[in-house]
Amino acid sequence: MAMESQPSMWVDVFMQQLTTGLSNGMIIALIAIGYTMVYGIIELINFAHGDLCTLGSFLALTLVGLLGMDAWTGLPGVGGVVLLLVSCALFCASLNWVIDRVFYRPLRQAPKLTLLVSAIGCSFILVNVALFWGGIPMEVFGGGVAAAAPKDFPALVSDENLLGATAKMSFTMSDLLVVCVTLPLMVALTMLIRFTRLGKAMRAVAQNPTAASLMGIDVDRVIGATFLIGGAIGGFASVIYALYNNTISFQMGYRTGMDAFTAAVLGGIGSMPGAVVGGLLIGVARALSDGYIEARWTNSVVFGILILTLVFRPSGLLGAKLRDKV
Amino acid sequence: MVVSPQWRSPALWLLAAAVAVGLLDDPLNLGLMDPMRGVMVFALLGLGLNIVTGFTGLLHLGMAAFMAIGAYAFAISSCDIYPFQLGFWSALAVTAAIGAIAGFLLGAPTLGLRGDYLAIVTLGFGEIVQDVLKNLDAITKGTQGINPLPPPSLPWWGENGFGWQEFGSGERPWYWLFLAITLVAVVACRNLERSRTGRGWLAVREDQLAASCMGIAPVPVKLVAFATGAALAAIAGGLWSSLYASTGEPGNYDFQVSVLALCIVIVGGIGSINGVLVGSVAMIGAANIALPKMASWLQQHGWVNSGNVLGSPNNWKYLVFGAVLVVMMRVRPEGLLPARLERKAIAPGGST
Repeated sequence: MAMESQPSMWVDVFMQQLTTGLSNGMIIALIAIGYTMVYGIIELINFAHGDLCTLGSFLALTLVGLLGMDAWTGLPGVGGVVLLLVSCALFCASLNWVIDRVFYRPLRQAPKLTLLVSAIGCSFILVNVALFWGGIPMEVFGGGVAAAAPKDFPALVSDENLLGATAKMSFTMSDLLVVCVTLPLMVALTMLIRFTRLGKAMRAVAQNPTAASLMGIDVDRVIGATFLIGGAIGGFASVIYALYNNTISFQMGYRTGMDAFTAAVLGGIGSMPGAVVGGLLIGVARALSDGYIEARWTNSVVFGILILTLVFRPSGLLGAKLRDKV
Repeated sequence: MVVSPQWRSPALWLLAAAVAVGLLDDPLNLGLMDPMRGVMVFALLGLGLNIVTGFTGLLHLGMAAFMAIGAYAFAISSCDIYPFQLGFWSALAVTAAIGAIAGFLLGAPTLGLRGDYLAIVTLGFGEIVQDVLKNLDAITKGTQGINPLPPPSLPWWGENGFGWQEFGSGERPWYWLFLAITLVAVVACRNLERSRTGRGWLAVREDQLAASCMGIAPVPVKLVAFATGAALAAIAGGLWSSLYASTGEPGNYDFQVSVLALCIVIVGGIGSINGVLVGSVAMIGAANIALPKMASWLQQHGWVNSGNVLGSPNNWKYLVFGAVLVVMMRVRPEGLLPARLERKAIAPGGST
């Protein structure tokens, strides 16, 4: 190896880790938004959110299998991805609303820890649903045997390097997909919270539910809408997670959920821009830990970041600005 | 036992039932001795969690980590591939001490946090402990686990007359030993609850501000609770690994075990020692007896076959644990055998 090529190789490897980290970070950020919105409005760590996204991924794989989508190419292929995004977003949104209605709404007046325990229970129930779902005798689920095994998700989006086959760095269609889904969603969500009536109501309920209800805001409806929106974004995330990583398992919600929750805490829980910044940071931290420490320590690194943030800066990086709650 | 003379006390009934199982299991061929040993190990874990979550009102989602620390502390101090090679009893004492120190070390920087953040920190600690045990395979043997571990020994009459006799593979001596240890732990927890320390725990749980106004320093009080609970969980881990003569793989001490401990405490009645005992019988009974029965019943009627995901009892555990937590929180947050004091951190009307 020539002496002068070493620094540039180091840079290439680093840039590659950064690209992967940022793409994964955007997915984490989308899930983190679901955590932070719910925490902002009812101060609940919605433990079930990661597992909700798992179910979204399982629905996506089911649709791929039912429609034989892995054979679609060209324009139908693009349409197929859009179909997956829309149906999983609708599914996760309605399921999240139902979860709030059934598991959380009856406990609105109860102490916070009661609600948290209920959320943990809900998370376990969803994990079990995903396990049973994986046992459905379909080709894409491995014919129903070994329900607990990770499932391969077909590469609907090509892994071709957009920078050219000989480029040292790779930026694939999947990376582009992540960017194309995530950025518009974040912009739309910010607009919704800033400029619409519903957004204003959400900010009001987050600041003071009692005062908001005295002003004529239907608090339960606004909370329901928050779960609906957070669930929809989680649904989008579940599809691009599956398309980007090409493998899903019934337990992955715990892992991705903890990454996303860590991101939300790191950014400052309750803050939308915080969730995005935190998500990107966690994505990059994971990639760097995979590349420069060892992949088997990566989860510990993330949990270490979580604990250190909670102990030394519980308000997170951007959490001081209470105005931006929700 | 240091109990008030209440003959209706559920603890006494449970003790009587446990003694009856011990005496009648062989003649009646009940087959309960084996699962009951698991029940008692988890009762110890539950008693530890009850001190932290029940008495002191701190939601703890990482009890499995202390169980793991206990199992590995016991293994490293007793297994003959390490230099220490202590006997069962001294290894168990070391295990309890290391558990308490670990609880102290986790609690010291984190106990100032508010409830839900503390819960997440304990959860993260549980994951990190698992990873460390898995990855430091030079010391912990990674996923193989450490074995063999020495069985307990007691002074008894054996083939060579009176002396220290090691337990064999028979269930009976283990059963009575575990019952005795559980009994000691129950009495200790009762007395602790009524001691100056225990009253401090309850006071901090009910109203931290009022307690600190009365001269109780909340963080040291919580720290003692954390360390005591961790020590009990570590003892449970040590006994568990001694029973199987191996620590098993680190993945055995995962979040599911922590949630199982939480279920045990919540089902029985949070803050109630009798509740923990009832809860561990109910939960371990559900997981190890009722679920396998249900699965084989489903298979007998031809509704599922053994290759089906519904046919394996293990595949229902998440659903059972989850449903228990959700239903109890909704219907009866104070548990089946509620503790005497009405207000709980986790029951309606409690402080948040």
